[in-house]
Amino acid sequence: MVAQNIFFAIIALAMVASAVRVVTTKNILHAALYLVVVLAGVAAQFIITGAEFTGVTQVLVYIGAVIVLFLFGIMLTRARIGREEHVDGERRWIAGVVALMLFAVMTYALVDAFDTEALDARAVLEPQTTEMVSDAIFHDYLIPFEAVSFLLLAALIGAIVVARRE
Amino acid sequence: MSAVVLAELAYWQVSILRVLGLLAAVLLPSGTIVYLFLFKMMSFMQSRLGPMEAGPYGSMQLLAEVGKFLQKEDLFPDGADRKVFAWAPIVVVASTFIMYTVVPFGPDAWFANIPTGIYFALAVSSVSVIGILMAGWASANKYSLMGGLRSAGQLIAYELPLVLAVLGVVIQAGTMDMQGIVAAQRNGEIFGIGFIGNPYIITQFVGFAVFMIAMQAELTQPPFDMPVAESELVAGYLTEYSGFRFLLFFIGEYATAGAFSAIAAVLFLGGWSLPGIGFDADIMNVLGPIVMLTKMMLIVFLVMWFRFTYPRLREDQLQIFAWKYLIPISLVNIAVTAVLKVAF
Repeated sequence: MVAQNIFFAIIALAMVASAVRVVTTKNILHAALYLVVVLAGVAAQFIITGAEFTGVTQVLVYIGAVIVLFLFGIMLTRARIGREEHVDGERRWIAGVVALMLFAVMTYALVDAFDTEALDARAVLEPQTTEMVSDAIFHDYLIPFEAVSFLLLAALIGAIVVARRE
Repeated sequence: MSAVVLAELAYWQVSILRVLGLLAAVLLPSGTIVYLFLFKMMSFMQSRLGPMEAGPYGSMQLLAEVGKFLQKEDLFPDGADRKVFAWAPIVVVASTFIMYTVVPFGPDAWFANIPTGIYFALAVSSVSVIGILMAGWASANKYSLMGGLRSAGQLIAYELPLVLAVLGVVIQAGTMDMQGIVAAQRNGEIFGIGFIGNPYIITQFVGFAVFMIAMQAELTQPPFDMPVAESELVAGYLTEYSGFRFLLFFIGEYATAGAFSAIAAVLFLGGWSLPGIGFDADIMNVLGPIVMLTKMMLIVFLVMWFRFTYPRLREDQLQIFAWKYLIPISLVNIAVTAVLKVAF
């Protein structure tokens, strides 16, 4: 467990540093690339806690697809090299306040829920297998899963309809 | 590296052995691919001899090439984003190295044995797109940027049929573990005939065909080489690279060819297992890598054969081919495989 804690700390520090750079860098493409580091860190944390399937999905979906689409979109529209002006929006202070409040709420929720109680280590010692994930999705949470799929399908069709109207 | 020897070593010693093995597993096949296919096979198909001066039959040509690249100046274009420009080839090569980690070469000759092996390999392979986009953007060159964008569009389009083609195998084997897929093919039988097991190229032939085409596109080998089309884009995202960084991209390209063909060998040709020799026999740790290398070279031969045969596709043909043909075919393949899996 000690080794896992040490690696957790190292990855978490790298993630926090990159996350700060995402919002402070003056180049929009650098921000997207720092976001890659943050998301890769999330995947690594999932793998450390034994949720391998979730970690790999994180890489495939977020790094392999979402970020690639970000980069694609940025490069097709505005992709200047070097420092850019007006990268920071005028409402950044409000955004900062919202972020702080969100952080406070999440910290309070975590501390309030678990307090000093040690977490059950079984979740980490017995890694979650793909069978467990699929059993959970297609047995216990079948209806929410289908509802989400239906919603995503509707969103997809909606996007196509909006994009084709010319 | 038999199980007996491994058991006596400490964890870190085994880890060092596995890292060295990984280096060998990445570099040796890619060197073989470049010499055997790019230098010699291509030359013979074009009625010429290819490199003949360096060593017998030009076999030392690779060392000469690497030496040449290492001596060249590491150029950065004016106005390039130096950091991103420098990191791009490393991202591409790293994603290739990590892909190899889940490929098994024998009962104990593996680098990382993880239960979601094939899923992991496909996820990691998609990271190289980011490296290519970084290279295209950071070069401060419109041809490079165009090449990077074409490349990203192509890799996104062909990622889907690639993953969907693999799904058929995963359904039939009932596992995403690479060793499990090898075992499933070894123990399988077709209509009661099981002396060579059931290599999935027979029952999953549609999946194999889709996988090979999508793999060709993922590797940006002709006829899918729009991103580096030399008559339109100079060399696409590679245009501004020189010396060591170009060499990294070059190694990345052929090492990825090796990685994909190793994965195809495991998924469709039965992996390292030999019929007649026990699944866990120690000798398979020596024979397994040889069997795997043979199958890998067989698949790369097919890739290179297509490469030297077909002319380049147009960009719209390339996208239509992926979205209108390959994806529906692989979806039907999944549906049929699932039905047959339940029926038998």
